[in-house]
Amino acid sequence: MNLYKILNDIEKSDADVYERLSSRRNAFRFGGKIALAAVPLVMGSMFRKAYGQSASGVLDVLNYALTLEYLEDDFYVRGLAAPGLIPAGDRTIFTQIGRHETAHVAFLRTAISGAGGTPVSKPVFDFTARGQFPDVFTNYQTFLTLSQAFEDTGVRAYKGQAGALIANNDVLTAALQIHSVEARHASEVRRLRGQKGWITGNMGAPAAVYAGEETTMQGGLNVTGITTAPASAVGEAFDEPLTMQAVLAIAKPFIAG
Amino acid sequence: MFKLNFAGSPKTELAKSETQPVGRRNFLRYAGVTAASSAIVLAGCKDNDPPMATGGVDLGSGDTGILNYAYALEQLEAAFYIQVLQSKYSGMTTAEEQILTDIRDHEIAHRDFFKAALGASAIPALEVDFSSINFGSRASVLGAAKTFEDLGVSAYNGAGKLLTSPDFLLLAGKIVSVEARHAAAIRSLLNPKSADFAGDDIVTPANGLDAQRSPTDVLMLARTYVKTQINAGNLPTS
Repeated sequence: MNLYKILNDIEKSDADVYERLSSRRNAFRFGGKIALAAVPLVMGSMFRKAYGQSASGVLDVLNYALTLEYLEDDFYVRGLAAPGLIPAGDRTIFTQIGRHETAHVAFLRTAISGAGGTPVSKPVFDFTARGQFPDVFTNYQTFLTLSQAFEDTGVRAYKGQAGALIANNDVLTAALQIHSVEARHASEVRRLRGQKGWITGNMGAPAAVYAGEETTMQGGLNVTGITTAPASAVGEAFDEPLTMQAVLAIAKPFIAG
Repeated sequence: MFKLNFAGSPKTELAKSETQPVGRRNFLRYAGVTAASSAIVLAGCKDNDPPMATGGVDLGSGDTGILNYAYALEQLEAAFYIQVLQSKYSGMTTAEEQILTDIRDHEIAHRDFFKAALGASAIPALEVDFSSINFGSRASVLGAAKTFEDLGVSAYNGAGKLLTSPDFLLLAGKIVSVEARHAAAIRSLLNPKSADFAGDDIVTPANGLDAQRSPTDVLMLARTYVKTQINAGNLPTS
């Protein structure tokens, strides 16, 4: 997979990559033990500091985003095509989400080509995740669970890469404009399931999608100590990023080849 | 009368937590600002004219200016939802009240975070003007909420490129997606089971991109709701 290749390439060209990244980890204390278990937060800004900004870095991020958009797009194409899966009253919602994912795929492919890169090809997806979700396209509740997981993961994935794009204003702005659309989708799908549109604590499934979301530490401040808002609202008020490695670990079971 | 005798009381803790230098110092330490970027922040403070001297509250320059810009928007949103919950429109359902209460608390958390983080560089509290909103009317309140949330999303989307610190950029990213979640929920209350949560009026259908706006455009649109004059003249523009 191209995504793993990106990481492998980095590892080959810089054997100390994980050490460089993990030294950064100590500067951040988000999420306590989660942060220790996960690969470092703010991978993008770390890359920038460790390696300097490079065009190839931006292309890698765009191809990473493209792969996630392929996954989402394919998921909704298949979901909308599955007979009897999505109730008539909800089709408008998923049609709109699917249109956006299709548009994101096209936009990113054009952006990558325009920047002199080659868009990665679309992987073959297995939305049963090797049998973990056998009824994904026959049971609406399973479909909704995965839809929410993909949208919330998408939000975290884009957020995790913002720092890597900081030197490229146009790409950064476009990435932010996609990021907030994914958040709109996530809110809507969550509410369809009778949940809040925002993430409370680290509640949700699969657990890896929500790991670290419970933190109330922001910018070195425990926000619960400086606000009248209740602690649960403080956790909800800030969405957390995920590193490329964490996202790839979530996505891996859905990628057949 | 309590402050000397009751160290550790809620009141004392609150006062303590709002001691600005502490928040600021932690924030800058966290941000890992280099000598160069810290100079930008300090210059931003130093160059600030006293409020009103230039006919408005000066947001300042550099990253500090952008954070003050965000602080101004969060003040506006928090004040709005506080008012919404203080004078509930008739027929507000339990579900709607829960959503609006959550959003109010998120905006308060954002507002208080920026205030503490900015410390001595923070702009003062803004005076709002909600005279154009009918708080007794569901349509008026949810319509205004939609305006504020969509405006907030576009403001953060447009401001990202104006930040020089990746850590501040990440913080903005952590907040903007929550604003987008709010926007979708409010839009969905107004028009359930439709495409409006991410409607074609706000997300360009051809490329699937949400709106983004410059601070100048955002502040122009926000002017209806803010009495205090805001001077954004020293904000970065690229």
